[in-house]
Amino acid sequence: MNALVSTINELARRVGRDVRLMEVCGTHTMSAFRSGLRQLLPSNVRLISGPGCPVCVTDTNYIDAAIALCRRPGVMMTTFGDLVRVPGSPSAGGSLERERAAGAGVRVVYSPTDAVALARDNPAKQVVFLGVGFETTAPTVAASIVQAAKDGIRNYFVLCAHKTMPRAMEALLHDREIKIDGFLCPGHVSVITGAAIYRFICEKYKIPCVVAGFEALDMLKAIEMLLAQIADGRAEVEIEYSRSVNERGNIAAQKLLAEVFEECDAGWRGFGNIPRSGLAIRAKYAQFDAAKSLGVKFEAARPHPGCRCGDVLRGVITPPECKLYGKACTPTNPVGPCMVSNEGTCAAFFKYDRKAAT
Amino acid sequence: MERDRILLAHGGGGSLTRELIEELFLPAFDNPRLRPLEDSAVLSLKAQNYAFTTDSYVVKPYFFPGGDIGKLAVCGTVNDLAVQGARPLWLSLGVILEEGLPLADLRKIVASIRETAVEAGVEIVTGDTKVVERGKCEGIYINTAGIGEIVTPRRLGVAEVRPGDAVIVNGNLGEHGVAVLSRREGIAFHTSVVSDCATLWQLVKVVLDAGAEIHAMRDPTRGGLAATVCDIARASGVGIRLQETALPIGREVRGACDLLGLDPLTIANEGKVVVFCRGADAERVLSAMKSNALGRHACVIGEVMEKPVGVALLHTVIGGERIVDVPTGEDLPRIC
Amino acid sequence: MCLAIPAKIVELNGTAAVISVDGAQRKVDVSLIEEPRLGDFVLVHAGFAIHKWEKSEVEEWETIRAAAGLSGVTT
Repeated sequence: MNALVSTINELARRVGRDVRLMEVCGTHTMSAFRSGLRQLLPSNVRLISGPGCPVCVTDTNYIDAAIALCRRPGVMMTTFGDLVRVPGSPSAGGSLERERAAGAGVRVVYSPTDAVALARDNPAKQVVFLGVGFETTAPTVAASIVQAAKDGIRNYFVLCAHKTMPRAMEALLHDREIKIDGFLCPGHVSVITGAAIYRFICEKYKIPCVVAGFEALDMLKAIEMLLAQIADGRAEVEIEYSRSVNERGNIAAQKLLAEVFEECDAGWRGFGNIPRSGLAIRAKYAQFDAAKSLGVKFEAARPHPGCRCGDVLRGVITPPECKLYGKACTPTNPVGPCMVSNEGTCAAFFKYDRKAAT
Repeated sequence: MERDRILLAHGGGGSLTRELIEELFLPAFDNPRLRPLEDSAVLSLKAQNYAFTTDSYVVKPYFFPGGDIGKLAVCGTVNDLAVQGARPLWLSLGVILEEGLPLADLRKIVASIRETAVEAGVEIVTGDTKVVERGKCEGIYINTAGIGEIVTPRRLGVAEVRPGDAVIVNGNLGEHGVAVLSRREGIAFHTSVVSDCATLWQLVKVVLDAGAEIHAMRDPTRGGLAATVCDIARASGVGIRLQETALPIGREVRGACDLLGLDPLTIANEGKVVVFCRGADAERVLSAMKSNALGRHACVIGEVMEKPVGVALLHTVIGGERIVDVPTGEDLPRIC
Repeated sequence: MCLAIPAKIVELNGTAAVISVDGAQRKVDVSLIEEPRLGDFVLVHAGFAIHKWEKSEVEEWETIRAAAGLSGVTT
């Protein structure tokens, strides 16, 4: 460990200038925060959090639609715990947590298969699962749809907002305001997709990419590998997380994704529309698509005026530069997802901000 | 009582209520202060200061690995007295029953209350029974209020905690919360973890008699250790630094937390006490704790500092530092 | 959405398996894994095994955990 930290320091010295490394996975953000690894990094190396938290990048109109759905009698909403406290637009009312308090049937589940089981056990209910997440999660949702089809379950639906990483990472690079010197690539997304998907970033944009695991040591090693590339002037895809990731990925999972989903454009909080960055349920499985089968209307997203989550996610501003930060927007009363998520950039900053102020 | 379920009439104050009291509660708790069954129990107080506390228990499900709501209702209140430096003496017992509650379940719970009260050396001196319609509560809710006599010459409390104090806990964290969560519907995971629910007065007594300077004690229930240290840091106006490598967390608890994406620091404990004592007395407190069955795994987990004021920090295994979060409230399985 | 943890397959019945993370057990679906076997270590995410580890990979992980002062998965 100490050897690793000193190598990082040495490499940072060799590079000389300020370096900005971006991790794009919510779980990397969490791991970095929980292990306090930023304190171990040299002063010219900054680790910034990018848009890898599916909670953070889900647009308010999706939450609004979910809230509207769960108000319908006969609907049982099922969701991962992460989404429960995310606020929708002010006019739509609170969050799924508040809807549950008001009497709506909202259940937290651990797996989409739990939602299918609930559909099976509650034939009179329309069980809707909130399909949020990247390529790690989408195959599990795809599997749940295939299972439901096979078992003839007619009351299971998915409100789909799955997104994919590569196009979003590319969108970050198009933004002239952001300067990124290297990517820590998402470890578990890469288990599914294979590491080859990041090659275009190295070839087209000349930015090094290292696929990193989630233990603190993994992230430190990945940072070391990125700094080594920067020092050498290389831009390649390297895999730190070699125990789980290879170039090809999980073929069975990829086949399942292709079977159930097709590429579509998607709206990302703070970026607007990113072409071909989302997944939509194919026509073949339209009966499981909540948007089609249950006539869900997505309103135009109307986020809270003054909410600058998008700029925070892109690393353009720091949380205190948002006028709502710490005033209208706090961890107990979050406005945007960056404050809702326990390790969202703003929530994390809030904790340290308070410490620094004392 | 021939019936096998609680009826609304059991809460009506009439013959069925009388039956419930005389055939179930009184025999279980019989003592001179309860026996008259007056509207109030009459207690003779001799000491200078008393501690008085109350808690309500709504745990779901009411039977869980390692205990039940009855045991919890006694332990929770007894422990609140104990950590205040008060010998627990008397408890009140208010129960709200759901129409349809199986009497067999109620009998088991009452037996637990009795057993735990005997172990803790407390008497149930007064009580109340209400019954609500089916669906208006989940089986049974319990409230206990407790009175204890303060035995410590110095006051214990947040005002006494100061920089340099050692932070000590008597054993493994997170067991109660994980045990209860494993029985919750919809989460569906299996674990061998058993609730640590236990009465702490004997352990606390041994600590108080150890000749150490104890400043404050807390039992880290809802919100876990995290809530306790955040509370103390804020209320005492001090900083607290915990050492992640020193935190006693069992492998099974860690496994369950890893599986569900939970933080062991925020999970409820029902048989743990966190002691803030003068730094130099840490060893003395540790050996005292280790002489008691509930303190075998006692260890120092951190220290109190002057700064940062009002903040609890965790020195991580890799040598970094992070702030200990005040838990937001719900333990939700996460995948992100 | 990346929280996935290593777990050991302790029961196996076609594509339905029970995994254990240091004693915490859950049902998971192993249909995304090639030739799962009893005793294999897999990465579990949202109720599905998404990757199988070879023995050397398990050892690598245990080394990392040990270096960080945490125990690896043994049951």
